[in-house]
Amino acid sequence: MITVLYFARLRESLGLDREQIELSSSLSTVGDLIAHLRARGGAWQTELAPGKPVRIAVDQDMANPATPLADGCEVALFPPVTGG
Amino acid sequence: MSVRVQTADFDLGEEILKLRRGNPKIGAVASFVGLVRDLSEGTAVSAMTLEHYPGMTEKALEEIVAEAKQRWELYDTLVIHRVGPLLPTDQIVLVAASSAHRQDAFAACEFIMDYLKTRAPFWKKEETPDGARWVDARESDDEAALRWDSTNGYND
Repeated sequence: MITVLYFARLRESLGLDREQIELSSSLSTVGDLIAHLRARGGAWQTELAPGKPVRIAVDQDMANPATPLADGCEVALFPPVTGG
Repeated sequence: MSVRVQTADFDLGEEILKLRRGNPKIGAVASFVGLVRDLSEGTAVSAMTLEHYPGMTEKALEEIVAEAKQRWELYDTLVIHRVGPLLPTDQIVLVAASSAHRQDAFAACEFIMDYLKTRAPFWKKEETPDGARWVDARESDDEAALRWDSTNGYND
């Protein structure tokens, strides 16, 4: 089980700020997770479409599609940052 | 090194005094304060809300400051970033660095701001006459951060 957090524009358009997802043999990397979420269709497919500027962090470090997911980890999906 | 994420405002004079007090080796303190403007991309802005990722924000800022300390001779640094609702003219962010000489303090402040803008998980949402909108990341911010990359030849 992993925790997935959504921030800013993504949180609003997906209508969700966090959820728990079960890992499996076909869901073990960041890339797998994105594919899993896209398959939900609707806003998920639109917001996470290839080419959309989505950033991903695993346990609060920036990650990429190849980053492995471990049980208990915290994954966050968010748009490019705009602080300062 | 101090990193604070808070809703409360800050007093620049007080913060700088705390940063330098009692250390006679400090010859320079440079600081930057970012403010909320009432105009963004040609549209009036009446208010703004800053969201962040608690935990990762502090971690990212600490990593940025640690990198600045490796690059320049600094005695101390301070980063304060506000979150929550803000209005035009409000202070958003303070970055300060103390060192023996000005070059290190100036460079460190600029570096920390450039990296903060592209790496620290904050997001701005603006209230405009057409409704609320999330601010888009700017390419010029990415370019500003890239110039500190030694492979680009900017930083000797």
